[in-house]
Order: sequence, then C-alpha cells, then structure tokens
Amino acid sequence: MNDALEVTLRSVGVLAAFLVLPLLVGQAEHKVMAHMQGRLGPMYAGGFHGWAQLVADGVKFVQKEDITPTAADRRVFRFAPAVALVPSLVALAVIPLTPSVVAADVPASALFVLAVTAVGILGTLMAGWASANKYSLLGAMRAAAQLLSYELPLVLAVASVCLAAGSLSLGGIAAAWSPWWLLWQAPGAVVFLIAAVAELQRPPFDMPVADAEIVFGAYTEYTGLRFAFFLLSEYAGIVVMALLFSVLYLGGWQGPFADQLGWVWTVLKGLVIALLIIWMRVAWPRLREDQLQHLAWLVLVPLALAQLALTGVWVVVAA
Amino acid sequence: MSEPTRRPDGRQKSGGAIPGLLKGLATTAKTLGRPSHTAEYPDAPPHLPPRSRGVIALTEENCTSCMLCARECPDWCIYIDSHKETIPSPTPGGRERQRNVLDRFAIDFSLCMYCGICIEVCPFDALHWSPEFEYSELDIRDLLHEKGRLGQWMATVPPPAALDPGSAEAGEIAAANKPARVPRAAAAPATSRPAAASRVARERPARPEAPGNIPPDSVSTEPLPTAQNPPTTGSPGTKSEEGEA
Repeated sequence: MNDALEVTLRSVGVLAAFLVLPLLVGQAEHKVMAHMQGRLGPMYAGGFHGWAQLVADGVKFVQKEDITPTAADRRVFRFAPAVALVPSLVALAVIPLTPSVVAADVPASALFVLAVTAVGILGTLMAGWASANKYSLLGAMRAAAQLLSYELPLVLAVASVCLAAGSLSLGGIAAAWSPWWLLWQAPGAVVFLIAAVAELQRPPFDMPVADAEIVFGAYTEYTGLRFAFFLLSEYAGIVVMALLFSVLYLGGWQGPFADQLGWVWTVLKGLVIALLIIWMRVAWPRLREDQLQHLAWLVLVPLALAQLALTGVWVVVAA
Repeated sequence: MSEPTRRPDGRQKSGGAIPGLLKGLATTAKTLGRPSHTAEYPDAPPHLPPRSRGVIALTEENCTSCMLCARECPDWCIYIDSHKETIPSPTPGGRERQRNVLDRFAIDFSLCMYCGICIEVCPFDALHWSPEFEYSELDIRDLLHEKGRLGQWMATVPPPAALDPGSAEAGEIAAANKPARVPRAAAAPATSRPAAASRVARERPARPEAPGNIPPDSVSTEPLPTAQNPPTTGSPGTKSEEGEA
C-alpha cells in the first residue's frame, strides 16, 4: 500500500514536470525569439504579456478535428505520437535533480536515458511511413538519417563523461563532477550540445521538417491533439536534453547551498541550456542535408573520439 | 576522387563559419536588449502622417453632380444620382434657370483602389482625403458608403497646408476681403423684394448686401449677375468657383 502510494506520487510528480517544463520552455521560446527578432510575441492570452498563450494553443488543438488520411496506415498513424512522446516522459523520470529528488533511481541511468530517447526516432519514422504522403516519407527518411548520424557522437560524448566519473549513473556522474570538468570535458560538451539539438530536429538541424521543402516532414498529415503531441515531444525533448546537459557537464545540483537548493541549481542550469538552444534557433540558418552529414561524421565523431581518448588517458594517468 | 577537392572547401567553410555564427548570436542578443519595434495597434493608435490616404470624404454642398469623378474612376466605384431643378426667374419675364440637385453620392470602398483620381479631378473641392482608416465591415456589401457617411468623415480631414510666404492670396479669402459689391436690390421696388432677396442671399453668400450707392434704375437688370454667375449657381458651395473667377 505504501509502495503503491509512493509510486503514484512519483509518477504524478514526473507527469507534472513533464507538463509544466515544456510549456515553460515553449513560452520562453515565444517571447525570447520574438524579442530577438524585434517583436513582442504573444501579448494577449492570460493578460500579462501573453503568459497563457500555450494553454490557449492547447485548448485550440483539442478543439480541432482529428483527421486520419484515407490512405494512411490507421493504427500506426494514430499510435505514432505516443511513441514520440512517451520516451521523453520516461527519460525525465530518471534524471536526478538532486541525489534524493529523482523519480526512479536506476543504476545505469545514463545508459537508460540514451536508450530511451533513441526510441523517440521510431515515432517520427512511424508517422512518416504511415501517413502515405511523399513529404512525410521524405521527412521521416531525413529524420532517420540525421538521428542515426548524431546518435553516435552523442553516445561517445556521454561515454567520455561516464569514463571520467567512473559511473554509469547520472547521480554518480554529477556527484563526481568538479569545476575542472568545464575545461577537461569542454569538447565533449560542445559535441553533446550540438548532437542533442540535432536529435531534437531543432533549427539549425531542422532539415527533416524543413517547411520550405517538405511542408512539415513526417508531421505533415497530423492535426489537432496528435500534432500537439509531436510539438510537445519536441519541447519535452529540449527539457530532457537540457537537464541531461546540466547533470552531465555542469554538475547538476552542485553550487552554493547545494543541500537546500540543489534542485533549483539543476533546473536553473537546465533552463540556461534551453535558452541557448532557443538562441541557436533564432541566430542560425538551417544546415543543408549534406552539411548535416558532413558535420556529424567529419567533425563531431572525430571530436568525440578525441575527447574519449583524452579522458581515457587522463583517467589512467591520474589513477 | 572528389574528396580531396571537397575537403579543403569544407575546411575553409567551417573555418569561416565560426565568426559568422558568433556574429549571428551577437546580433540576436543585441536585438533582445533593444526595445521592440512592434506597435500595439488596437491598444495604441498608430502614428500616421497627417495626409494619409485613409478614406474619401465628401463635402456635399460643393458637389455639382458634374460626374467628373465617377467618369474618371478607374474601377467605377462612385455612384451619383441627381436631378435638375428649375429655378423660376426672380423677376417677371426673366429666364428660368436650372441647377443640379444631388440625390445620391456613394463610394463602394470594396472596389475603390485609393488612387485618388476622383479627388484630383473634382473642380469644386468636394472630395478630400481623410486619414481615417478604421471602417472595416464584416460584410463586403456594407463597404458601400452613402453621402451621409462620406460627409461625416469631413470632420477628420486636416486643414489645407499653409501657403508659401509671398504667394497669392487664396481665392476664397480674396473674394471675402473684396470691398462689398454694390447691391442692385437695394432700391428695388418693395413688391419684388421679398421673393428675390432670399434667393440672392443664397446665391452669393460671400457678397453681403450693403444698402448704398447704386443707381436705382439698374436694379432689375438681369444680364449682369447672369454673366458672373453661370447657370450652375444656386448653392453656397460655389465659393471656390467664385474665388477662381
């Protein structure tokens, strides 16, 4: 009985974070992007500077008709948004805000997070294939190619951190973190950040949803709530990747008054990274498909391997 | 084969990309710090130049139903209906005169392309640009505005620009400042006076009657006023015409 209550409470906590943080990031994107472009962004919804814009968007999405194309593979088409959305939720459950504030303390949580987020690709691929639309298919193929290419540098960068900490657990990594890592793991951090943005298919890596070329990629045929789920999964992905970066490279809860304010530090660092991801979207143009692959295989993978070698040598020498 | 040629290109690009990427970040960050350019229109009125071409206003009194505007309109969006009224001669045996009376003046703003040709061609200054622009409707048919509505917009028309220093006086002012003309009606026989007086006053408001110095015999002579006021007279709106004359 007690166990059941605890599981429920933890699940509700994760679900609340999952529903609040992506909206926070989305609203920040609305306003920050607008002001970076000399605009005001949403100003009406909710009264004060359009704070409820995303709530209003959600209400609008719920009201819209849920269309399934006649030629679509119905069950796969309707199931795809869930496949894209749930991995972010599961990943959020194992990311520690402090050593104690974590919904599910998994031993090899770094590995678990990587494995789970990789499942999200399947949702995009399913959506693109089941839509029976050439743009959707093109988008899905681009997404698959991009996500497979960037999965490798992402995993290598995380491997380097795990090696440095001597732990596969996110909590263990953050506990072993020291400010010296900011320099030592810097190349890996850059690789992780770039690969994370590419995994999220965010600009400048939004070739799979390039609206000028293939409408909206794999999500072209989606409407209403299912479309909103894809959008939500993108923003939930930003939250997951930003929190992951904060735990892996910025020491998570480490900071002044870490005992009381540990979770604030983790979230704060994560929000700064999320802002950085938004900033990249505003400032940079979209990469071409060949440039994408070029960057992944000829720049990021060698850089991640070099970081791994550096970390390995240092760990052996220092030990 | 193509790899060695491509590689230096790629390196040059990636070497040249970093400053550009940093510049992009710097530009967006700077813009973030500056106030935005957005004008919150419905909440804050826009700052329009005073001569904005918002809507076409009509001074009904100046219109002589000459149809010039309607005929020049490129998309035929001006509708004018008028009829002729016969004015009996003020004196027995005199010639009757006719004048146009405007029944309907309407502009269909769903067709209007705001070229302003009607305003340019109007010889009587009956049409004016008004900066008013908030007259959208939910139904396109409601954009056909009649003379009543067009007249309401006259209040928003800005006054004409001041004349250049040293330029000739405006026609209306010159006419108003002219020494009063000798009224012929001054010594008219009392019987014909009441009927004529009101008409004369309406015809020539800028020239008030002043009792005085005119040979009493010339009172009832018709030719003089006719020569100066051609048959289109009749409304006080002929001010500008008189000014030009």
